[in-house]
Amino acid sequence: MHPFVYAAPSTVKEAVEILTKHGDKARPMAGGTDLLVQIRGGRFDLDMVVDIKKIPELTSVTNNNDGLVIGSAVACHQLYEDDDISKNYPGLIDAATLIGGIQIQSRSGFGGNLCNATPSADGIGPLIVHSTVANIQGESGTRSIPVEEFCTGPGRNALGKGEMLVSLSIPNKGKGFGAAYERFIPRNEMDIAVAAVASSILVGSNGKISEARIALASVGPTPIFAKKASDFLIGKEANEASFKEAAAIAKSECSPIEDMRGTIEQRQHLVEVITLRTLNKSLERIEG
Amino acid sequence: MVNVSDSKNYKVIGTNPIRHDGYDKVTGRAIYGADVKLPGLIWASIVRSPNAHAVIKNVDTSEAEKIDGVFAVMTGKDLPQQEDQFIDHGEGTENVAWSSENIMATQKVLYKGHAVAAVAAIDRYVADYAASKVKVEYDLLDAVTNVEDATKEGAPILLDSLVGDHLRKKVKNTNVASITRHEFGDPDKAFANAENVVERTFTLQMVHQGYIEPHNATAHWDEEDRIKVWTSTQGAFPVRTSTAAILKLDVSRVKVTPLEIGGGFGGKIPVYLEPVVSILSRKSGRPVKAVMERSSVFQASGPAPGGTITVKMGTDKDANIVAAESSIKLEAGGFPGSAVGAAVQCIFAAYDIPNTRIDGFDIVVNKPKSAAYRAPGSPQAAFATETVSDELARIHGMDPIDFRLQNASKEGTRRADGVVFPKVGNVEVLEAAKKSDHWNSDLGTPAKGRVRGRGVASGYWFNVGLKSTVNLSVNSDGSVVLVEGSSDIGGTRTSISMQAAEILGIEVENFRPSVGDTETAGYADVTGGSRTTYATGFAAVKAAENLIEVLKDRCAIIWSLDKNDIDFEDGTFFASKDPELKFTFKELASNLDNTGGPAASSGSVDLESAGGAFGTHIVDVDVDTETGKTDIARYTVLQDVGTAIYPAYVRGQMAGGAVQGIGWALNEEYYMKDDGTQANVSYLDYRMPTALDLPNIETIIVEVPNPGHPFGVRGVGEVPICPPVGAIGNALHDALGKRFYDSPMKPGRILNVLGKISD
Amino acid sequence: MSIQKIHVKTTINGRPEEFLTDPYVSLLDALREIVGLTGSKEGCLDGNCGACTVSINGKIVDSCLVLAAEVDGQNLETVEGMATADGLHPLQQAFLEEAALQCGICTPGFLVAAKGLLDNEPDPSEERIRHWLAGNLCRCTGYENIIKAVKKVAENS
Repeated sequence: MHPFVYAAPSTVKEAVEILTKHGDKARPMAGGTDLLVQIRGGRFDLDMVVDIKKIPELTSVTNNNDGLVIGSAVACHQLYEDDDISKNYPGLIDAATLIGGIQIQSRSGFGGNLCNATPSADGIGPLIVHSTVANIQGESGTRSIPVEEFCTGPGRNALGKGEMLVSLSIPNKGKGFGAAYERFIPRNEMDIAVAAVASSILVGSNGKISEARIALASVGPTPIFAKKASDFLIGKEANEASFKEAAAIAKSECSPIEDMRGTIEQRQHLVEVITLRTLNKSLERIEG
Repeated sequence: MVNVSDSKNYKVIGTNPIRHDGYDKVTGRAIYGADVKLPGLIWASIVRSPNAHAVIKNVDTSEAEKIDGVFAVMTGKDLPQQEDQFIDHGEGTENVAWSSENIMATQKVLYKGHAVAAVAAIDRYVADYAASKVKVEYDLLDAVTNVEDATKEGAPILLDSLVGDHLRKKVKNTNVASITRHEFGDPDKAFANAENVVERTFTLQMVHQGYIEPHNATAHWDEEDRIKVWTSTQGAFPVRTSTAAILKLDVSRVKVTPLEIGGGFGGKIPVYLEPVVSILSRKSGRPVKAVMERSSVFQASGPAPGGTITVKMGTDKDANIVAAESSIKLEAGGFPGSAVGAAVQCIFAAYDIPNTRIDGFDIVVNKPKSAAYRAPGSPQAAFATETVSDELARIHGMDPIDFRLQNASKEGTRRADGVVFPKVGNVEVLEAAKKSDHWNSDLGTPAKGRVRGRGVASGYWFNVGLKSTVNLSVNSDGSVVLVEGSSDIGGTRTSISMQAAEILGIEVENFRPSVGDTETAGYADVTGGSRTTYATGFAAVKAAENLIEVLKDRCAIIWSLDKNDIDFEDGTFFASKDPELKFTFKELASNLDNTGGPAASSGSVDLESAGGAFGTHIVDVDVDTETGKTDIARYTVLQDVGTAIYPAYVRGQMAGGAVQGIGWALNEEYYMKDDGTQANVSYLDYRMPTALDLPNIETIIVEVPNPGHPFGVRGVGEVPICPPVGAIGNALHDALGKRFYDSPMKPGRILNVLGKISD
Repeated sequence: MSIQKIHVKTTINGRPEEFLTDPYVSLLDALREIVGLTGSKEGCLDGNCGACTVSINGKIVDSCLVLAAEVDGQNLETVEGMATADGLHPLQQAFLEEAALQCGICTPGFLVAAKGLLDNEPDPSEERIRHWLAGNLCRCTGYENIIKAVKKVAENS
């Protein structure tokens, strides 16, 4: 491990200045549960780690009728310990309660999970299906992009030099909205997904689906927004028959590799199985 | 000897006192190897090969040496040159030349993680950073990581110096270190006449013991060329033997202090770090500590071998097993010495079979040198035998326990490799299994989308005896100091003390037991082979009996009587002819000052054999047929433990061993990449069971006392890892109607066997 | 590696504690090597075994995945703080009585994690206990007696 110094700025502006100055030799640290392992494993040779947890706005959560804004250093437990958030953002909560163990959930959160941009990230699929927007700040100001555009490759993201993720904005879809996230792992916790799917549907009073989003993880170089499967569901009846067809389409939208966690065919098969399961669960939650 | 083996009126044996080391361990005070602090202590970091098989062309340590805070750098050339020399460390022998090369390679690296150099520096961070600056040039060679590839024509040869022993023929230029054959009766003829014959070939992957505490060692090489070593080990004396041999020193120049040990399961018998920190200490003049990182524990310590096992068994029309044959090929890792020898002894041990042939192959591959893991070789063997046995039971339309009972080995049965069983409890365990609540319960209904099945399997481990010493000394307050040399990995200080306490008729709470270093404790072989409560306990019994004799002498002095007129019973010394003259143990202890001072005694054993033991496990599995995921719905462990000295910890061994077996069956494996390196080198990807992956493990203790031990103890720790892989395979068959011949039976494999995926 | 050390002021087991640390040192190493509290154990250094579990401001964490520099101003609890002059914490007593440890290396982490659960949820179900403790690996016991010990304390509280 290359020796590094520790900076703990108290404002986003200060953090951006440090990141701009050091470029690739500095990285922001939210929970640190991935970053410290990566540094020790030699993936980064950093001169500086920038702890962003001392910036108040990055560790705060704002929840109102319009939606939820999560600071980029908010930890998982801050979400699932809040009953209102748990009720309205079930897909996020599914992920927040299964990332690592309880110890990890005390530290890690969606911001770090997104920036880390691993193909298997548990947090990113749920953010996609909750129509999340990533709010970014850099030297030249702020910009926002949909989360499905945030990951650009394994471990790579859309942040430019000196830019950092500040917060995630998640709309409150209200009544008729259901979401769910499931991953397949051989154990019951403490594992990386062989394949994972997040789904959400918005169902009108006529029983028809007006919005649908399906996202896949561990089956491509980045988490995948399965647009064809999602679009297929628009206007369909919210029932098992529609879900089955969508699941088959989702299977065609993944592009897994074979590694120690699973084979290509196994992962494709699992995408279909889990897509159906998460769509059913989303519907159950609406009817709940 | 006090023959108490059929007495059940024990006062101490069979109770569950608070263990003597318990308070230190629940408060964080207990000192494990990594907790050692010494004045001037510095840290070592090991440079390891990124390649599975390569010739070392050059090691350049110059950049590392320049870093501020670095005290010493070494390579394999700093270890003394060795000729082939075999030393005994209790549970097997090792060739020092290969051990030395395994500790630090000088010519070739034989697996990813093989050590090539080491650095000592002011703290671990500086040491790690400096180690990353050591430049090693390699000439890459093709790697072979399984027994089939290693034995193909034209396979790359790992060890030029290896002369294979193939059925007593010397063979060069081979990766097969040995081939053995055990033959009994006429298996060919018996198979020809058999009514049913089932032959299957099984594959298993390398697995790791998974102890939570990484290997560690601290050493100080002093001005008199004496080395003090502090380490977490299963045997301080074997560490002394190995370290001295590798450093070419007399054993008396090495003092080993065993610290508390955070799990071993066989994996903390070999030395990896001790000679390295010793050399770095000599070079730096400082005490040096090393703690292995987890990825190196996986890649460079001693896991259990995978391999290929073929089992063929034949029955007559009445479902008697008339013949059995097996070929067992196990991975030794980079140097010879897999568990195949033990696998041969265990593979058909649960059955009484008149005609057998067993071939064993020890094969070197580009993986870490394998080591013992809880009943080494037996779980692999049991997976094969217990699956074939289950198939035969089904062919005969029999309850699988009835089939096993009908063919069960018992006292007088000749084990396939020649040993004739003394009193063993195989039948009693099977009968208990048949009567168990679990076996007689309905399967019940699994959750939606799941199917449930039940399986059963047996397992055997021979257990070992070997050498142990226990020293006792009496304090004036009636307490007894007990010093022994067997590392205590899970409550044996107490189980050993309990046996001495029973003999002395005092409470075990009056004992102050400790595990001594190699200069305070009498010799003890490793804590392994399930021998500690058996053999060191046996030594404690002898020491206690000797102490009674010493104390009778003291009574004779006090009462001016002949020693022969002193009796001892129930913790009381008394004059046989004058009942008024008596001392409780405590009273006598307070009177010793006038009789020549405190009393002490010693007891030693060197036991040829132990009581072999059998276990049978019953398991219900729930399988999600869409994902291939298996959950354990119910699990029962039955085992003959001889006599349960410390039942809570006997049950703990039974449950813990079963859970390691469950992990082995379902997910654990060394997943090898095409370049011969292991992919899953973290707990995250190695996937050991968590608390959430398991139901309560039910344990049923069966006691068939071992006639070879004063209290009837058999070893306990190893048997419970033998049945699970086979039992779970049989349960999966019951659930799915498909047989599994490859371990682990992971979700992808289940989907494949179910025909849902093709790869 | 001449990097300026960081001055950390913190509270450990109810007592103020100050130490100097290199910025790249983990909280686990700082506790063990600088402060001298070796009860928290190293098992994996990547947050997968829980042997180094401590609590920060009442939340359990893997101390191997926290930088020592981060805990300035925070309130830490380690296994060494569980027993008091009055005796063992009920969980420690239950672990002894239920034979919930064999080798004992995972025990400090399990104890701190279990305390984290019972401090917030005094009456958890067995499933909840197993879920909460999934971040702590034990390779000796099969978890059976650990779960029993935690349940025993929950039931008696």
